[in-house]
Amino acid sequence: MPQKFISQRISLPLALLFGFFLAASVVAAEADPWLRPDVAPAPPENQLTPARVLLGQLLFFDPRLSRKMTMSCASCHNPSLGWSDGLPTAVGFDMHTLARATPTIINTSFNPIQMWDGRKSTLEDQATGPIEAAGEMNLPLPELIERLKSIPGYASKFEDAYPGMGITAVTIARGLASFERTVLSTESPFDRWRKGDEKAVPASAKRGFDLFQDKAKCAVCHMGYNFTDNGFHNIGLKTEGAPDVGRFAQRPLKSMHGAFKTPTLRDIGRTTPYMRNGAYRTLMEVVEHYDRGGDDKQNLDINMVPLSLTAGEKADLVAFLESLTGVPPDIRVPSLPL
Amino acid sequence: MTPRSYSAIRLSLMAFIVTLAMPALAGDQTVGQAKKAFTVGAIKAKVGDTVTFRNDDEFAHNVFSLSDAQSFDLGSYKKGEVRSVKLTTPGVIEVECAIHPEMKMKIEVAK
Repeated sequence: MPQKFISQRISLPLALLFGFFLAASVVAAEADPWLRPDVAPAPPENQLTPARVLLGQLLFFDPRLSRKMTMSCASCHNPSLGWSDGLPTAVGFDMHTLARATPTIINTSFNPIQMWDGRKSTLEDQATGPIEAAGEMNLPLPELIERLKSIPGYASKFEDAYPGMGITAVTIARGLASFERTVLSTESPFDRWRKGDEKAVPASAKRGFDLFQDKAKCAVCHMGYNFTDNGFHNIGLKTEGAPDVGRFAQRPLKSMHGAFKTPTLRDIGRTTPYMRNGAYRTLMEVVEHYDRGGDDKQNLDINMVPLSLTAGEKADLVAFLESLTGVPPDIRVPSLPL
Repeated sequence: MTPRSYSAIRLSLMAFIVTLAMPALAGDQTVGQAKKAFTVGAIKAKVGDTVTFRNDDEFAHNVFSLSDAQSFDLGSYKKGEVRSVKLTTPGVIEVECAIHPEMKMKIEVAK
């Protein structure tokens, strides 16, 4: 075989391989940290399939998952209200008002830690918590399993999703988690701007993004494509009555007293009222709070300092925050198995 | 590129990999915190050694341990600041950042 031909035969695959790695490294290097991945991560034992998502959707919208068959997951995580409930704090079992706001579940599948106080790590861990919680849906899992087994239409849905595994706490949790992994933010004006459409957001929002990262220090906690550090901070909210210790219940450390998980800012235009206790109805009120450096200074996170923002800067920040909201997708409320 | 150059690169690469794989040496040591992570996953130390945690991030960290071997809370501190802990008990100390729970590392403390 001529030397030149051998050389070409070897060098072409090598060149292609080199090109592939070069392209991959360029793509990796250029990945915009403010744009979210297309697909949420899922654990190996619970990879997404259409049957699993369908099962989870049925369970999510089924009020029979609560003791009195009056509340579904969607009662609080209502897709019509940004997958939250529009209330300052949640309303649970027997219309009992709870201490904390319902967090949106938009993009929660990207978070390595769940709940305001981080007491659950995965979606699968979290999914059955509210079902069993006495103050929420108040239905012990053994009773739920028997109830679902008594509904003929569910058997095939579980079998399709998790062949041979039956109706168990594990398959209920995995199904719910699978559906939650499909609850994702949609493309926002901010995203279109990041992708190169200079007209996608107004100039004020662009200035607001600069402030967000610099003078206003928002990105210290609200970082990356999901606008959260998945961390815990006491941001100095005024509280009435007994203080909510927050993360301190999980990690009894001074800095964690009154600290809560940083929520996403994605689709923030649809998740009012804001903060873990629903203290503020408008984004300007939120910005004012941070401009003051918080109100309750006791055990305040050391990142919290007065910002001395001008009126124009506050308006720019609000314009930026508003640019994080996409058009909500049409959600089909399923016919439930009978 | 000469064969000698290849050898030098190969040796450097091997030394780099070995360095990465080795736990840090015993004695007073400094562990950085950068890009929301500890700069090492584990270190070996002895009772009486001091480990210093340096914050190289633009935001605060809070180093603590609630391990049976030794618990401590170094509090929250900003970029450029350091906090230290003297190791008092043999065993494995699991260290975390209270603010960012994804940040974890271990100290293996020998007598």
